[in-house]
Amino acid sequence: MRTCLVVDDSRVVRKVARRILEEIGFDVAEAADGMEALAWCRADMPQAILLDWNMPVLNGLEFLHQLRRAPDGDKPVVVFCTVENDPDHIAQALDAGAAEYIMKPFDSDIIESKFADAGLL
Amino acid sequence: MTPHEISVIADLVRRRSGVMVDTDKTYVIETRLAPVARREGFTTIGELIHDLQHRRDEKLVWAAVEAMSSIETQFFRDRIPFDQMRDDILPVLAQVRRTTARVWSLGCSTGQEPYSLAMLADEECGRFPGLKLEIVGGDLSERCLEKAHSGLYTQFEVQRGLPSRLLVKYFDKVDDAWVLAPRIRQMVSLSRLNVLTDVKGQGPFDVIFCRNVLSAFDESTRRSVLERIAGALAEDGYLVLGADETANRAPPAFRPVAARRGLYMRDPAFSVAA
Repeated sequence: MRTCLVVDDSRVVRKVARRILEEIGFDVAEAADGMEALAWCRADMPQAILLDWNMPVLNGLEFLHQLRRAPDGDKPVVVFCTVENDPDHIAQALDAGAAEYIMKPFDSDIIESKFADAGLL
Repeated sequence: MTPHEISVIADLVRRRSGVMVDTDKTYVIETRLAPVARREGFTTIGELIHDLQHRRDEKLVWAAVEAMSSIETQFFRDRIPFDQMRDDILPVLAQVRRTTARVWSLGCSTGQEPYSLAMLADEECGRFPGLKLEIVGGDLSERCLEKAHSGLYTQFEVQRGLPSRLLVKYFDKVDDAWVLAPRIRQMVSLSRLNVLTDVKGQGPFDVIFCRNVLSAFDESTRRSVLERIAGALAEDGYLVLGADETANRAPPAFRPVAARRGLYMRDPAFSVAA
């Protein structure tokens, strides 16, 4: 089964995302910030990453920059999922190598259609 | 709603727009009529229907019919027809039409379909220099067309079907809304259109998108609308239907394109009735 790493500092958001992602066929792992997520990726690179932007320790964009420099770090398909909803943020995320971008609030339809757009379904 | 009220509204909608209302889905009927009742100053849907039945105010009748006939939509809905447009139809049009090709989006609702086609054409213009698409969107609902005209969409709407790359390329954010670039909006002209009565005599179009419109009609209405659509299509034109729709029961107007779901060409044997 494919794994999706959910990176978000909100436990509630991780829980909601987990339920939706499991329903569309992913194994789900969780990380509460970018640093934890990097540790996860070094140990076991996931196929997909659902990534928040604003987090303590290491934010989503910085995480993505570091991930892409790591061995096999070009492999995961990254989908941002954040309250940041202006075009500049979206463009920055896509430039950094994110495949898709979800603006919160999200629901299962949005996650499913964005994962499809990102080629994950 | 009472069974009588439901049958009054279902009958009215069928006669005016051809749409068959599912009379078992009371909640759908109520969800669609409640805003009309509120807007027009009725306290209940029952009062609205009583008025529709006895006063026959045309403006009110159409407001109710339009609300009951509107089609759910989203950008690049179902994806496949847009891939077919890019991979199968545009290359042919670029060869045989060279300069201008006309595309009709029937039942365009709040504009996502014709605007998706316009964005697609803009994305592909490098492959087909010189080919210009004239896109015409038609819908029964004035309210939907007004929204389409504004080019304004909510965050929710721009996250359904629209890739983020296209969102940042073609939309600006204004307060809480996303507004489509004027140069894309200018590729699309919009007008009110009743598929039952206003298709005949239009055209010719090189491509007609008519998705999720026919499935709301009964069999005989579907067949006669399909024939009129064939008459509005160029002799070598394409018809694109919804995911679960076919034109197979309307020979000799169309023949399916092999291995392309929902894609049809006008049959050479079909001739427009005088």
